[in-house]
Amino acid sequence: MTDLAQLELDLINAIGSAETAAAVEDLRVAALGKSGSISGLLKGMGAMSPDERREKGPMINGLRDRVQSALAARKGELEAAELDARLKAEHVDLTLPPRPRRQGSVHPTMQVMDEMIAIFADMGFAVAEGPDVEDDFHNFTALNFPPKHPAREMHDTFFLKPDPETGERKVLRTHTSPVQVRTMQTQKPPIRIIAPGRTFRKDSDATHTPMFHQVEGLVIDKGIHMGHLKWTLETFVARFFEVDGVDARFRPHHFPFTEPSAEMDIRCDRSGGELKLNTGDSWMEILGCGMVHPNVLRNCGIDPDEYQGFAFGMGVDRLAMLKYGIPDLRPMFDADTRWLAHYGFSAFAAPNPASGLS
Amino acid sequence: MKFTLSWLKEHLETDAEVDAVADAMTMAGLEVEEVHDPVASLAPFTVAKIVSAERHPNADRLQVCQVDTVDGRKEIVCGAPNARAGLTTMYAPIGAYVPGLGVTLVEKPVRGVVSHGMLCSASELELADDSDGILELSDDLAVGEPAAGVFGAEPVIDFEVTPNRPDWLGVAGIARDLAAAGLGVLKTPAIEPIPGRFPSPIGVRIEAPEMCPVFAGRTIRGVKNGPSPDWLQRRLTEIGLRPINRLVDITNLITYDRARPLHVYDVAKLVDTTIVVRAGQVAKDTGEHEHLIALDGKTYTVDPNMCVIADAAGERPIGLGGVMGGESTGCSEETVDVFLESAWFDPILIAQTGRTLTINSDAQYRFARGVDTASPVPGIELATKLILDLCGGEPSEVVVAGAAPALPSGFAFDPARVGSLTGLSLSDDRIAEILTALGFAVKTGSPWTVTPPSWRRDVEGPADLVEEVARIEGFGELPSTPLPDQGAPSRGVLNPRQARVRLARRALAAMGYAEAVTWSFTKQSTAALFGGGDERLVVENPIAADLDCMRPSALPNLIQAAARNAARGHADAALFEIGPIYLNDSPTGQRTVIAGLLAPKSARHWGGSAEDALFALKGDLIALLDQLGAPTASLQLTQGQNRDWWHPGRSARLQLGPKNVMVEFGALHPRVLKALDADAPMLAFEIVLDAVPEPRGKASKARGAANLANLMPLTRDFAFVVEDGKATGDLVRAVAGADKALIADVRVFDVYRGAGVPEGHKSVALEVVIQPVEATLTEAEIEALSAKVVAAASKTGGQLRS
Repeated sequence: MTDLAQLELDLINAIGSAETAAAVEDLRVAALGKSGSISGLLKGMGAMSPDERREKGPMINGLRDRVQSALAARKGELEAAELDARLKAEHVDLTLPPRPRRQGSVHPTMQVMDEMIAIFADMGFAVAEGPDVEDDFHNFTALNFPPKHPAREMHDTFFLKPDPETGERKVLRTHTSPVQVRTMQTQKPPIRIIAPGRTFRKDSDATHTPMFHQVEGLVIDKGIHMGHLKWTLETFVARFFEVDGVDARFRPHHFPFTEPSAEMDIRCDRSGGELKLNTGDSWMEILGCGMVHPNVLRNCGIDPDEYQGFAFGMGVDRLAMLKYGIPDLRPMFDADTRWLAHYGFSAFAAPNPASGLS
Repeated sequence: MKFTLSWLKEHLETDAEVDAVADAMTMAGLEVEEVHDPVASLAPFTVAKIVSAERHPNADRLQVCQVDTVDGRKEIVCGAPNARAGLTTMYAPIGAYVPGLGVTLVEKPVRGVVSHGMLCSASELELADDSDGILELSDDLAVGEPAAGVFGAEPVIDFEVTPNRPDWLGVAGIARDLAAAGLGVLKTPAIEPIPGRFPSPIGVRIEAPEMCPVFAGRTIRGVKNGPSPDWLQRRLTEIGLRPINRLVDITNLITYDRARPLHVYDVAKLVDTTIVVRAGQVAKDTGEHEHLIALDGKTYTVDPNMCVIADAAGERPIGLGGVMGGESTGCSEETVDVFLESAWFDPILIAQTGRTLTINSDAQYRFARGVDTASPVPGIELATKLILDLCGGEPSEVVVAGAAPALPSGFAFDPARVGSLTGLSLSDDRIAEILTALGFAVKTGSPWTVTPPSWRRDVEGPADLVEEVARIEGFGELPSTPLPDQGAPSRGVLNPRQARVRLARRALAAMGYAEAVTWSFTKQSTAALFGGGDERLVVENPIAADLDCMRPSALPNLIQAAARNAARGHADAALFEIGPIYLNDSPTGQRTVIAGLLAPKSARHWGGSAEDALFALKGDLIALLDQLGAPTASLQLTQGQNRDWWHPGRSARLQLGPKNVMVEFGALHPRVLKALDADAPMLAFEIVLDAVPEPRGKASKARGAANLANLMPLTRDFAFVVEDGKATGDLVRAVAGADKALIADVRVFDVYRGAGVPEGHKSVALEVVIQPVEATLTEAEIEALSAKVVAAASKTGGQLRS
């Protein structure tokens, strides 16, 4: 065996049995460092004769290359083993729970109001608003409630204490119709608005709360008649309940501010506690509507001989209950976090025509 | 308003069953609330006769009866003490549902003896509220006769009368509308005048014609009062009225039959011979109001806004006109001579009197809504006929004081209005036919003249007539006409404020806050804790004492909600509400606030404690304001000036200037929380949305070029020693302002107090992010910038920590 072969065998064996990266490095220095064994051989080539160099040169260079490869391979192996060991030590128990996040939600009344606004926006209705504390004129007189008429009693009005100077008694609006009045007083027809907001009546039981929400609508133009009213509401109700059509009926009723006046009923079956539309024998009233009374138009500065139109109003909380199967109205305003989590909506579920309302 | 089917059929020739009547009413605008049909529930029950009754072998209180029934002889066990041989009573077979008990009968032994049916009491058949023993029926009844026939049970319809239609408070008025709607033929019997045989010895003088413009009366001599005949008693009891005696029952019958209230006075009890109609009196010297003991036995204090009926030359009150008669002159079984009253009272006056005295009598209800102005004399005639029929006697001539209000006048009507307002296409003939059937006088021509009947004072103009026509024709006939298409608006429909409310709602929900909707009310004393409670915002008639004031802030309701949740065992709460607060009672006194409340009670976690809740809340708030487009970078944060309900040391406000406070936030004052029964700590913010300036509208939607630097940012750390009381925010702001072109950000990464820092001071460590703009900075340039930073810091009292 030549010296070179012996050297190679020794080095390769040593590299193969090196246990650490540092040991590999030591071997590299011993072989290929400045005064390493192979470095010495390489240096010795300068003193060789051309013939000798031609013979030994490739052998020495070959030895160097093989040892370098062996060193790199062993280093790689050791590093991989080290990484494996470190990663093994880095094990964590992922069955542990993350830090709990609070789950936010949107209130069903507000979600449903957004749904209604989305539907009416598509039909070209703007959104009008007005104050909750109203005067007698905007809440009653302009709307054709005769002073002291029993119709005013039907509204179970909340009054604020009389003003000590003027004696005027403000009311909490019993409907959002004052917004219609304010709109008609300030805007020329054509008018197409909805008026969502808080309303107040002195009433409290399973289906009434002293505060609730309404969306009212108003369309004033030339030639608007009850057929338009019927189409608008049938279209709205179908879109709201996300069905192709609703079996609805309009039933005569009385409101001081509309003439003719009607209530809209939908055919439904509520036997299982869940609302099934277009089936069953019962009719459920869902909103009131009618053609705006000429006196109301006149009170708001609109000529009833030139313009006419319709108005409607519905309870937002009640329609939210119907659509989403909420059994009792009172918890709506109680802010029980369990109730809000159960009946609330995701922040990202904003109603839109592309993904549907709900 | 309740009535029975057979009562209706006295006015309406029809074969319609009760369900068809109810449907027709509903579609004509008479909203049926309930149809009670006892005929159906009484169907299983028939007349039976007890043949023998023996003591039960095993029970002292039970008897074993042999009973002849429709099903033959039956052995029935009965516990009623009045079960006895020969008694005619009511039998229920096995399988019958007994409504009063809510059970279906099954054949089973009672103490060892099998009962093959049941003998029933009145309450078990729901004919009475309570009863002792089984029914005792006339022996004339044959075994097997159905119960419905025996008791004359009748379907009863209850419906809601809208305030515009007082004529529906009489069965005749209901029949008129149903006839017009095609349900049958109107056959209300005409009222024939009955000639008087002598002048009425009792006269009437009206001293308050504005209260009572017309008063008709008549004396009837020699009547015999007493219990009413069966048919009349039954008619009244079926709709829930209590029979009293013939004279009173007749007035009640006419009240419900013709919506015509009447009153009867016992002539023997009247003082003097003139009935005076006047306003209530107050004694001039003592200021004392007069009193009346009414027929309900209660004493009422009368005021000058009420109409009094008096005798004794007007001295003694004997009735509240249109509301209730007095006890002193009421009719009894002994009444021999009677004076009938049929008057017309002002509706508003009667409504007010009813409200003031909280009397809601049948008469008051009708007069308040408006009785037919033409009905006083016909009412007298109809009552006279019934009194003569049931009580005998001799009528005087009719006396009429005053004059009825003028009849409604006619107005012009273009029948084309029906089509233009409703979209219905009806012939002129059909329109005239409907109006005529409802009692309107129609004079065709161009235009038509239509005169409403005396009982339809709600009809004032063409729109009302259109409603009548459409209602009777049926709203089912209306076309469904699409609205003229305007398309969805190209700019959306929400104004900037509405859009921001919507955005804030979804942003807060995404941050983990649950949206609540709470009352606009709070308690006045609570409102006062939050800067409100102004008398002008106090509700005069609150639904509850703790909801008597408009809220000055949304926080008290959220705090109380969190406290309620805590009391239920769910203390950790993050709530928000976007809604109104009320600063005054004017139309501009309302603000929209975005209020958030954090009751931080997070459960322990294996990973240790979480971020400080107060700064988490601040982070949420700033993120929200950014979303709303508020100028967060230029907002001033001021501490120590928040209002009373905030923790003085742990709260702050954000403002554009001292006069434009946008938000208060921080910890709530423990004293205020305690007053609301809530446990501290609670953290909150309240943004007055109206105070947040709207981002300036730009002509273009383009955002301008993005300025993305090519050069690497670098950072330098500084530590400054400042007095403890100094706001770190001021130091940060000063450092950030040292070179606005180069300093991109300043981050606080440590605040330290202790060894190495002088007493009463703190060390604030800052990481300054430097963004080179044009070229990489040289060491000298960086040194120069550092010097600017140190100089800027020292101006606010910050010394570079050595």
